[in-house]
Amino acid sequence: MPAVYLQNVIFSYERNAPLLQIDELLIDEGERVFLYGPSGSGKTTLLGLVAGVLHANKGEVRVLGKDLTRLSSSARDRHRGAEMGYIFQSFNLIPYLSVRENIALSCHVHAKRMKRITASTLDGEILRIASRLDLDGFLNKPVTKLSTGQQQRVAIARAVIGAPRLVIADEPTSSLDRDRQESFLRLLIEVCNEARSTLIFVSHDSSLMSRFERHISVSEINQVVSC
Amino acid sequence: MLVLLRLAFSSLKSRKVTTSLTVFSIALSVLLLVGVDRIRQGAQEGFSGTLSQTDLVVGARGGSLPLLLYAVFHIGTPSNDLSYASYEHFRDHPAVQWTIPFSMGDSHHGYRVIATDDNFYEHYRFHRDRAIQFADGARPEGIFDATIGSEVAQRLGYHVGSKIVLSHGLETVSLLKHADKPFTVVGVLGRTATPVDSAIYITLYGEEALHIDWADGTPPALGEELPAAKIRKEDLHIKEISAFLVRTRSRVDTLLLQREINTYKDEPLTAIIPALTLQELWNLLGYADVALSLVSGAVLVVGLLAMLIALYTALNERRREVAVLRAIGFHARQIFALFVLESTLISAVGVAFGLAAAYGLLWIVRAPVEAHFGIPLMMVGFSSRVSLYACVVLLAGALLGCVPAIRAYRNGLIDGLNAQ
Ligand SMILES: Nc1ncnc2c1ncn2[C@@H]1O[C@H](COP(=O)(O)OP(=O)(O)OP(=O)(O)O)[C@@H](O)[C@H]1O
Ligand SMILES: [Mg+2]
Repeated sequence: MPAVYLQNVIFSYERNAPLLQIDELLIDEGERVFLYGPSGSGKTTLLGLVAGVLHANKGEVRVLGKDLTRLSSSARDRHRGAEMGYIFQSFNLIPYLSVRENIALSCHVHAKRMKRITASTLDGEILRIASRLDLDGFLNKPVTKLSTGQQQRVAIARAVIGAPRLVIADEPTSSLDRDRQESFLRLLIEVCNEARSTLIFVSHDSSLMSRFERHISVSEINQVVSC
Repeated sequence: MLVLLRLAFSSLKSRKVTTSLTVFSIALSVLLLVGVDRIRQGAQEGFSGTLSQTDLVVGARGGSLPLLLYAVFHIGTPSNDLSYASYEHFRDHPAVQWTIPFSMGDSHHGYRVIATDDNFYEHYRFHRDRAIQFADGARPEGIFDATIGSEVAQRLGYHVGSKIVLSHGLETVSLLKHADKPFTVVGVLGRTATPVDSAIYITLYGEEALHIDWADGTPPALGEELPAAKIRKEDLHIKEISAFLVRTRSRVDTLLLQREINTYKDEPLTAIIPALTLQELWNLLGYADVALSLVSGAVLVVGLLAMLIALYTALNERRREVAVLRAIGFHARQIFALFVLESTLISAVGVAFGLAAAYGLLWIVRAPVEAHFGIPLMMVGFSSRVSLYACVVLLAGALLGCVPAIRAYRNGLIDGLNAQ
């Protein structure tokens, strides 16, 4: 079963100015995809469509077995929360919660994710993931006291807890230096493999490409000619 | 929902300073609103409690407000006295349970001297059912005995056994002093927080004795005074009094008797129902209450606006937070709920603190306030007006919270996952 399947999708922020038109896009379950394209080409917009935050004007957006265009907006939100993990470029965390609370939040909100944890308790699972990401020492710290690299690792933990079937990362490494980019990416790919999650990774940086088995250029799949 | 509540709580906790300032300003407005309301109610209660269980106040024909003022508050003077015969007529009326006669005209260091009889000590009631009590001593027995209100005792340093000289008329510095007939304090009354405290009570005979040797309102010439020792009760004939209080046997009697007195053929008289006239007088004084309520209402508006501003300015900083919550699977409606919850929490805590502070303060000041101003603060508890205030503040807080919440909701939808 494909993890993501888009067909004849048209999306526009403003009326009569279509930004994306995708005839077909298929991402298989378990694939690791590198998504690239110039700035403003619509990478984040495409991720928004896949995550169900944005609504396609036309076409079919089938993600993890559900056609998002046929779901109500709150059903899309539930689907995203329960089945997907999302990592931003930066500021991935709720500033007034501790590291532990940030990681736990999606399990508190979505019973499905709570059910999929492998440890016997949520605390055990948080500890397992945290030690996997070298975060054991920071669990009770406020997130504002963490370095950018540490924050991004907490973001991984938050995204992958409860084994979501799809992990989406939107330029998560662009705020990190080269060494830490490497280790971040290695960790991300490892934990996604462990959870058997499909991974869609967006970056400008083509040097990271080699780690991915599939590369998709947004400009190439987009039928709208940008001006 | 529980998650939202926890989020709202942590979010507010993380902005301690703004949150506590906002809570403080709301608490302050609630404190003011409730405080003003309590004091107003207490004042009204205390005011209408100046005189209780009296059905009619009767004086010579005149306005009802002046009659109430001089008979109950000892302010102003009666334009006319009424004859003792008329008093006796109504005293012995079958519809009457008891009467208290008052005669006034003398003073002592600015304090009114009121001549009355034993009925005053027996039947006079204030603050619903409180009777005259003695802090010291007992009722006057002899002609030249006097009892004094607690304030008189305190201010002038009098006690049982003190000799006092009364002045004719009401001026503080009176030229005409009844120096030849001094009175002896035989009793000090307990504190009532009513005008009773600042009055001196003598017997009707005492008042008559003071003026026995006077002719046509002028004092006797030097050497012609009748010495106090030679005056006996049997020689004294009370001719006039200033006013009297009436307790009737029933409500119906009150109305019938009032009409009967007002149309009395032998002498033009006026009878008023004190509760009504007190209410009239209170309404005259009611502007202060309205002004105070307006001010505290304005403070409340400012407090709520402060909350609105605090929540609204935080919005921009919180755009990322909203995007993260959306990514985790929160619906935009839940984000709306989160913001409304925050404002509701703030106003709830503000209301709680405000109420606690108001009642705490009232409890602390209630004894001194009651003693000094006669305002029985605790006689009125949790009134419907206070609960109304609490609900209004809560509701206004929740409603105002909708303004930033709508913005956050729309940001959540528009920004999607791309907020900067
Ligand atoms: N909320 C919005 N409303 C209107 N237009 C938008 C909105 N968000 C993005 N756009 C426009 O859509 C286009 C694509 O934006 P998008 O963020 O998807 O690009 P991107 O490929 O992610 O760029 P970058 O690499 O810089 O992140 C841009 O031209 C942008 O101006
Ligand atoms: Mg982008």
